[in-house]
Amino acid sequence: MSKIRDFFNQGGLLLFALGRILAGIPIIIALTVLVFMATQALPGDAAVSYLANTATPERLAAIREQLNLDDPLWVQYFSWASDALRLDFGMTLTGETSVSAILGERIQNTLILMASSGIVAIPLSILIGTYAAVRRGKIFDNVSSLVTLVLASLPEFVVAIFVVFLLATNIFQIFPAISFVEPGTLAWADPMSLVLPSLTLILAVTPYVSRIMRGSMIEVMESEYIQMARLKGLSERTVILRHALPNAIAPTIQVIALQLAWLAGGVVVVEAVFAYPGIGTVMIDSVKARDLPIVQAITLMIAALYVVLNILADIGTILSTPRLRTKHARKNDKSDVFAAMDGDQ
Amino acid sequence: MEKKMKPKSQFRTLVALTFKQGYARLGGAIVLGILFLAIFGPFFAPYTFDEFVDVPNAPRSDTLMLGADYFGRDVYSRFLSGGRSIIGLSFISTVLGVGLGLLIGLFAASAKKRTDGLIMRANDILLAFPQIVFVLLVVSGFGTSIFLIAVTVGFTHAPRTARIIRAAAAEVMERDFIKAAIAVGEKRQRIIISELLPNVTSPLLVEFGLRMTYSIGLVAAVSFLGLGLQPPAADWGLMINENRGSLTVQPWGVLAPIAAIALFTIGVNFITDSFAKAAIGIDRKGKE
Repeated sequence: MSKIRDFFNQGGLLLFALGRILAGIPIIIALTVLVFMATQALPGDAAVSYLANTATPERLAAIREQLNLDDPLWVQYFSWASDALRLDFGMTLTGETSVSAILGERIQNTLILMASSGIVAIPLSILIGTYAAVRRGKIFDNVSSLVTLVLASLPEFVVAIFVVFLLATNIFQIFPAISFVEPGTLAWADPMSLVLPSLTLILAVTPYVSRIMRGSMIEVMESEYIQMARLKGLSERTVILRHALPNAIAPTIQVIALQLAWLAGGVVVVEAVFAYPGIGTVMIDSVKARDLPIVQAITLMIAALYVVLNILADIGTILSTPRLRTKHARKNDKSDVFAAMDGDQ
Repeated sequence: MEKKMKPKSQFRTLVALTFKQGYARLGGAIVLGILFLAIFGPFFAPYTFDEFVDVPNAPRSDTLMLGADYFGRDVYSRFLSGGRSIIGLSFISTVLGVGLGLLIGLFAASAKKRTDGLIMRANDILLAFPQIVFVLLVVSGFGTSIFLIAVTVGFTHAPRTARIIRAAAAEVMERDFIKAAIAVGEKRQRIIISELLPNVTSPLLVEFGLRMTYSIGLVAAVSFLGLGLQPPAADWGLMINENRGSLTVQPWGVLAPIAAIALFTIGVNFITDSFAKAAIGIDRKGKE
């Protein structure tokens, strides 16, 4: 442990992390430009497309004013983007409430759903992947390979409906098919409503992560240092838990981050199936109402989440891969601590 | 020494190795079955897809094999007619997306380092949008249109495919025969078409299979959300959405289309997975 502390003191990782975060900033800016352009790509302008058939000159003028459509493009962009970075997405097109007011509670519900799925799915897939790799070619491996391949093929709404059919309506009636979380309360208030949406997302994420984990674990188990550990006479349990598992998890981290980012998109459809009051259902409703400010806000937040998760995954990968850990630290300091760490493996 | 097999014969071996595997054969049978159903199904439909045949949600009977839907139309006939749109659209968007991704990937891999970096950074930015979210963003701007949805789904595939193809092609660029081709002054176009392309066919086909299953999921999801094909069209995604409310009384309106979608994606994935395994196998042999 003291070595890790030393390492942090050297600041190698901090510099690396700082670099990655700085590199994320232009990407976030590019994302705001892209999302902003989505409104510009519209035939006519946003006001015309929103009002469609009900457009009268007065209403058009009102909406244009509300969206600052009469300003030059770059002025519109900067006012929108600078507000957006402060999480102020303006008013909805219906004009009664601000986008942030609508999203506030819904974001929390979506995060609760993503967290409750991730907390189960990630350890579960590491467990399945590891066990399948250790028992390679045996019955557990064969069955789990088939099941994960089948599950990975299925679109998430297909899984969602199947889960409803099985556990909510036709076969068993254990959980509610539709979430009854009342507006103004968070999803915690009705945990039963969380079960089926989470289960769907777990069934969608677990196959990918467990398949990568299995592959990574098999590669590690075939490596020389695992042979060495076995030759030293360590118990198989120690070899797997202490030596193989930590090394196999490192390459899996990127996939986990990608899957967590995928969850942010996956929730959209899954929430729609269960009428779960998160940002997914708002998004669908807003797309139908063509309420662009809300759609833009949600799109931007989900895309930004992807960037953040990727940065975290890069840092996590460095942290969990001793070889990389030293490489990045060495750039700044060539003390013996790191040489010792290299020998550690 | 690197033993170079002719791409064509290698490809034939690869296909043979793929279908030696039981799952690939099973997947192939499923895919052919569903394709047959989608293409020729409408000719076997006892009723038209939009005629009223019974009371809403009528149970199965001798005349109505799968009962009536929430509107009183024949589920069986609608099921037989509803596959064309989803599979057709998915296929179009996959071809568009993988094609565009292939172009970008090959171009980037054979470009100068700086151009390559620039293209791939721009590519990474597009990856930040989950596919369904991007499709919804476009639909909210332009409204629902089948053509637009197919193109947008394809567009969201492109950066993902480009990444895979670029990685595969960049590896090929390091090989001696490319360096030789560059040294004798072959045109870049020619290098891309006759040297790079034949050497990335395996990852390309794996990508095509994967993208096809995602396309089906996306196209069906958009219809399922009520933003794709509009009533009274017969479409598997739309059918699931329409009949979801009567799942307990008359499940067939949901079960039939959902089973077809599930089987098709599973079938495609079985073939893709077997092909990928066969390709890895050949690669390993080549290296040893």
